Amino acid sequence: MGVRLETGKRRVTFLYWDECQSHDEALARLRKVLSEDRIDAQVEVVRVRSDEEANRLQFTGSPTILVDGRDIQATNTTHYGLSCRAYQLEDGRISPLPSEAMIRSALKRES
Amino acid sequence: MANLKIGDKAINFTLIGTDSMKHSLSDYPDECAVVIFSCNHCPYVRAWEDRMVAIQADYASKGVHLIAINSNDAEHYPEDNFENMKARAKEKHFNFPYLRDEDQKVAKLYGAQRTPEVFVFDRDSKLRYHGAIDDNYDDPSAVKRHYLRNALDAIVGRTKPPVPETQPVGCTIKWKSN
Repeated sequence: MGVRLETGKRRVTFLYWDECQSHDEALARLRKVLSEDRIDAQVEVVRVRSDEEANRLQFTGSPTILVDGRDIQATNTTHYGLSCRAYQLEDGRISPLPSEAMIRSALKRES
Repeated sequence: MANLKIGDKAINFTLIGTDSMKHSLSDYPDECAVVIFSCNHCPYVRAWEDRMVAIQADYASKGVHLIAINSNDAEHYPEDNFENMKARAKEKHFNFPYLRDEDQKVAKLYGAQRTPEVFVFDRDSKLRYHGAIDDNYDDPSAVKRHYLRNALDAIVGRTKPPVPETQPVGCTIKWKSN
């Protein structure tokens, strides 16, 4: 976690729990941003299946996207478990989906 | 799958609300009662909450009553406990009762699976619509199909909802483990 690959690729980890229905759309949104911005990335998709796994992975909700080990929306919660993730959008609304702008911004950040 | 089918009679319940009053479905014998299984922690609910408030405001004068019920296990999801429900109702200025289904009996009787999940009953207490509020949880400005509003317009106009059933979209209800 937190280490760039030697190739210069961004390391993107997409964690999801399949009971949260937004994960397909969130993954499609991530891939769209990667494609549109021509970002060289290695995407690892991880299905979280149990509270034990969630605790081990420090999973705060589905979907969670890590870029080089860093969450695209920082959260200070330490409540790990199988639940759906609430993203606060740029206009203040809450959504189960991260916005394209949020994903794009995280991918452009230096690790 | 919900236990209730379109045309089935409503199942009455009596639950405590965040206003500390007991509320029964039979307290709302007007044109239309909208029972929404809801909660605090689910981002889908939070995405739709303002729309729920707007729908109640827009349809109150037509005899429509929303009733939100939180059946989630608050031990594992403490954001859904009664004190936090009270805080949410106050913060979001809920214009409808927000009820606690502590033993989860009402959710089980209805066969509700998700939050939010909507059951709309007409003046004869028959189920006329079941499912989602609309077709876009992420962006209210991009909604193409206003399922609940269309159903309410139909029921108030004494016709059948154009789409009586849709797939509820949201978090699963968090059942107690015992």
